[in-house]
Amino acid sequence: MTHSSLQLLLLLVVLTDFAVLGTSRLSACIRWIAFQGAILGLLPLVTEGELTTHVVALAIGTVIVKAILLPGFLRWAIREAAIRREVEPLVPYMGSMLLGAAALGAAFAVASTMPVSARGSLVVPVALVTVMIGMVILITRAKAVIQVVGYMMLENGVYIFGLTLARRVPFLVEAGVLLDVFVGVFIMGIVVFHINREFDSISAVNLTELRES
Amino acid sequence: MNITTSAAFAFILVLLLAPAVAGVATRTKSALTGRQGAPALQLYFDLWKLVRRGAVFSETTTWIFRLAPVLVVATTLLAATVVPLDGRVSLIRFSGDWVAFAYVLGLGRFFLVLAALDTGSSFEGMGASREVTFASLVEVGLFLSFGTLGVVTHELSLSGMLGVPFARHWAANAPALVMISACLFALLLAECARVPVDDPATHLELTMVHEVMVLDHSGPDLALILYGSALKLAVLGAMVVSVLVPRANLSAAGSVAVLGGGLLAVGVGIGIVEATMARLRLPKVPLYLAGASSLALFSLILVLWNPA
Repeated sequence: MTHSSLQLLLLLVVLTDFAVLGTSRLSACIRWIAFQGAILGLLPLVTEGELTTHVVALAIGTVIVKAILLPGFLRWAIREAAIRREVEPLVPYMGSMLLGAAALGAAFAVASTMPVSARGSLVVPVALVTVMIGMVILITRAKAVIQVVGYMMLENGVYIFGLTLARRVPFLVEAGVLLDVFVGVFIMGIVVFHINREFDSISAVNLTELRES
Repeated sequence: MNITTSAAFAFILVLLLAPAVAGVATRTKSALTGRQGAPALQLYFDLWKLVRRGAVFSETTTWIFRLAPVLVVATTLLAATVVPLDGRVSLIRFSGDWVAFAYVLGLGRFFLVLAALDTGSSFEGMGASREVTFASLVEVGLFLSFGTLGVVTHELSLSGMLGVPFARHWAANAPALVMISACLFALLLAECARVPVDDPATHLELTMVHEVMVLDHSGPDLALILYGSALKLAVLGAMVVSVLVPRANLSAAGSVAVLGGGLLAVGVGIGIVEATMARLRLPKVPLYLAGASSLALFSLILVLWNPA
């Protein structure tokens, strides 16, 4: 309800970003992104002054989709595809950690020039960091599952950014976005599953080479 | 008792208590993993045993090998004098003493590494190269942490950064300070060769980092090196305690008591980490240290973003 608990939740979001960035075990990454989804569910409760039905429904919907359904689905995907860890990312973990740190600096530098937020509020910089680190993961990882995690993180960043406009964004739009993400990840999961069944590997690197076999 | 005597008492307490911190860590680890374990005072017995023995020197070694153990203890003692161990004020303080702190410790390590190379043993050279690699990465996080503390407190000495008026900074910068403490604790584990980075219990040369460097030291020399690393652990632990527990409103005796309790708590914390975590593979260690450093970097950015 207070300013400081909002800051604390936003800090936890950034820490989970870095945790995903530095973890090679896919199930741990999925656990972190589920944790991040749960924090995101708490955010509207903290930013809005009173607990209207709208806010509570948004919070519950976010937690169900982002912290329970999607991670559960990704877990199903890695179990079916029988993969446990990201063996060889395109950029080593150390490099992506440094990219994440650079993104952190850039996000805070850019956020101070933006008119949306008051100085001292963490909402905008944290949203930018989460989007950027999501992009880093999406670009630098070879396995399709972790790319889905990166996509979810990117979407989480957009969601946080939406919090600055929460009063003006109607409930239906938020719900629609949640549904979009859900369908998107659902389709990706099925694609991952099928890629794995056809090609014995879900490394997206192999998909960039077109060859008659 | 005025402030300076409390600093002196804290200094003596750290000197006496240092071997017990590692002992408490071992004790906690063995309790959590359901084993008998060595007594908490084992290191005192070891030191006493080693002091009474004679030393054996390899014929290939030079004076550096004999000088290094003394320097290790001397530099650690010197570094301890600039840290406000009682959470109020240090024995020696001057503007920018945190740079001196880092590099005086670095000097001790430099001679330890030279002594390891001096033996001409390939194992020791390997341990030395690992130790130096990790130490150079630790420095990044250490300086970022000190920088953050400096920005928070507008002070340039460790006494100012970790000393008395610290309590009011917690109100304004609690998240950043929590992350700094976490970073310092992670660096302590790396710097003092504890579990996620190095396993003090292993005696297999291929996996060792710190232990392998001191294989050729014996007798009083080994005692000095063991005591030096225990002291380093205690000093860094006291630093973590100083960040976490502001002691502005306590009496001098109270703050020294907090130091003693805090050091034992740090020992318990190390023991919990050692019992619950496996040692990281060697290529993973830089990632661990980069993680700790980005924690410090994040808190620095946070402090700059939110000037109190």
